[in-house]
Amino acid sequence: MTVEAREARQPWILLSPALTAVALLLLVPLAFIVVYSFWLRTSTGADQVGFFLDNWQEALSDRFYRDILLNTLKIAAITTIVCALMGYPAAYVVARSKGNKALLLLLLMLPFWISYIIRTMSWINILGVSGAINSALLALGLIGEPIQMLYNETTVILGLVHFLLPFMVLNVFVSLEGIDRTLEDAACSLGATRWESFIRVTLPLSLPGLAAGGLLCFVLGAGTYITPLVLGGPTDAMFANLVFEAIITQLDWPLGSALSLMLLGVLGALVAVYNHFLGMAQLMKGLG
Amino acid sequence: MSAVQLTDIVKQFGTFTAVHRMSLEIPDGGFVTLLGPSGCGKTTTLRMIAGLLDPSEGEIAIGGRRVNEVPIHKRNLGLVFQNYALFPHKSVADNIAFGLRYRNVPQAEAAKRVREALELVQLPDVGDRYPKQLSGGQQQRIALARAIVIEPDVLLLDEPLSALDANLRESMRVELKRIQHRIGVTTVFVTHDQSEALAMSDLIVVMSDGRIEQVGAPEEVYNTPATEFVARFLGASNILDGRVSGADGGELTIEAPAIGAIRVARARAPGLDGAGPAKLVIRAEKLRLAAPGALVDGEVAVDGMVETVDYQGQAARYFVRVGGEQLQAINMIDDHPFAEGEAVSVCLRPRDCAALPGGPQ
Repeated sequence: MTVEAREARQPWILLSPALTAVALLLLVPLAFIVVYSFWLRTSTGADQVGFFLDNWQEALSDRFYRDILLNTLKIAAITTIVCALMGYPAAYVVARSKGNKALLLLLLMLPFWISYIIRTMSWINILGVSGAINSALLALGLIGEPIQMLYNETTVILGLVHFLLPFMVLNVFVSLEGIDRTLEDAACSLGATRWESFIRVTLPLSLPGLAAGGLLCFVLGAGTYITPLVLGGPTDAMFANLVFEAIITQLDWPLGSALSLMLLGVLGALVAVYNHFLGMAQLMKGLG
Repeated sequence: MSAVQLTDIVKQFGTFTAVHRMSLEIPDGGFVTLLGPSGCGKTTTLRMIAGLLDPSEGEIAIGGRRVNEVPIHKRNLGLVFQNYALFPHKSVADNIAFGLRYRNVPQAEAAKRVREALELVQLPDVGDRYPKQLSGGQQQRIALARAIVIEPDVLLLDEPLSALDANLRESMRVELKRIQHRIGVTTVFVTHDQSEALAMSDLIVVMSDGRIEQVGAPEEVYNTPATEFVARFLGASNILDGRVSGADGGELTIEAPAIGAIRVARARAPGLDGAGPAKLVIRAEKLRLAAPGALVDGEVAVDGMVETVDYQGQAARYFVRVGGEQLQAINMIDDHPFAEGEAVSVCLRPRDCAALPGGPQ
């Protein structure tokens, strides 16, 4: 075999374990889901094999699903905006810090060492009826009885921000790190104040990172079912909760499959739009 | 256009002192080079003039006005960086026009000035392009155009040529000097490259370890170094330990073991009086190697032996053993170079020598 042929083969040899895993654990199950979505759950509870459009018709035409989908997108959008507003300044501080950058980055990664579910549940100990805040206020005599702070849309967003903020910070950080600092000096020497040079130079150059962070926050936020389950009230279900409900509670796999594909389609379209304008390379940079 | 005056400038970073009580006058319209090895404080000094760093002590004045408290964006300076620092998301024309926006220049006037600046740097047709589409040399021209279009009081150049390759660097050097001469702006140029400094400057400020070693015209700094550091940093020099053995009206006699007694003009030996230890400085290109015995009038000759030949095409650098010393000689090659091991006469003219105070270290 020639050297060129060996070199051409090498990437495939190295990639094959990962490709096998992706194929077996992602593509094949996804194919099952697609097939499932065209089956039908009969009143007896058994699945009828075939090609039925009933699930799709229900998923796409029922106002209930549409409203929850819109609400899910709304919550994801609010979460993304809050993450951007809170995450950008934090990323800026980390990127511009001189001595302790490694420590700050470590602190940023720290939440990932604790399970997302536990992090979400921790809010119950803080905001709950017998949580830290209520206990403190009761002990101080400022309130007569506990305030109901949990189980509403605000706490769902709070939990999502808590979960997703590091993704935003890391993405913005990576893009700020890639910007030459002398650009700001140059802008200032030409007459711009620090703020003007930030607005005209640094901010536009960091937009790809902000967009990548935003996409991650939005997609992960819109796909979550744990946060609304733990921190939301009965009316705060998000779209993934419907999938959970259909498959786990009602054992209606065909309908659950159709709903999950619907969410996948909406989020996939979003990623495609992002990719069209900004490319996936930026997203990959920030995931590292 | 304005003169720049530094008075007793000190800059400390924590416990490290980058600039030690430096005073310097940069004349209006002059091209002044801060020259020195990395870490000598030249860039720190430039950044203090620019307003990117605050001096720990001392006063900076531009055009007679104290500017210590004036932030960078109000100092009206043109700053050119080593890495160009062009805004990658803006077109060349928008890069150049960036500073005009803060000077209330009307649109039409701004467009005209951008066009003129592009013509000045001889790149009239690249306004619509983006920095990435230009070569390094072109980018540096645009950076220069961006800095001068605002008609700065002072132009500050921080190693602007060192990212360019050798040939381009030499042509940009001529170009830069031409532009500076034409607009007549007071210019402070920072470099570690002695040939850039010698070629471009009206005045060279040689710095080392945060201190000024010497300030002078290129020829003065080259021919009459004030310190051993300057002698070693600029050009290739032979520095021989010796002592002053005699003095009369205009000349000092310096006795150096390897060479013997040499009479050096007092003007070339500032800082020396009639006695004491001294160092004899002879530029490598002023040592002439010749076949033994071939002495020219007015020359002093000693016997030597060629140890190493560094052939450079038009010239050769020889390392010659003379007594206990190894001397360096750079000679144009006539016919063919001397061979290693060849016995030669090492000839020098006393008037090419300079002397410094100082004993053996």
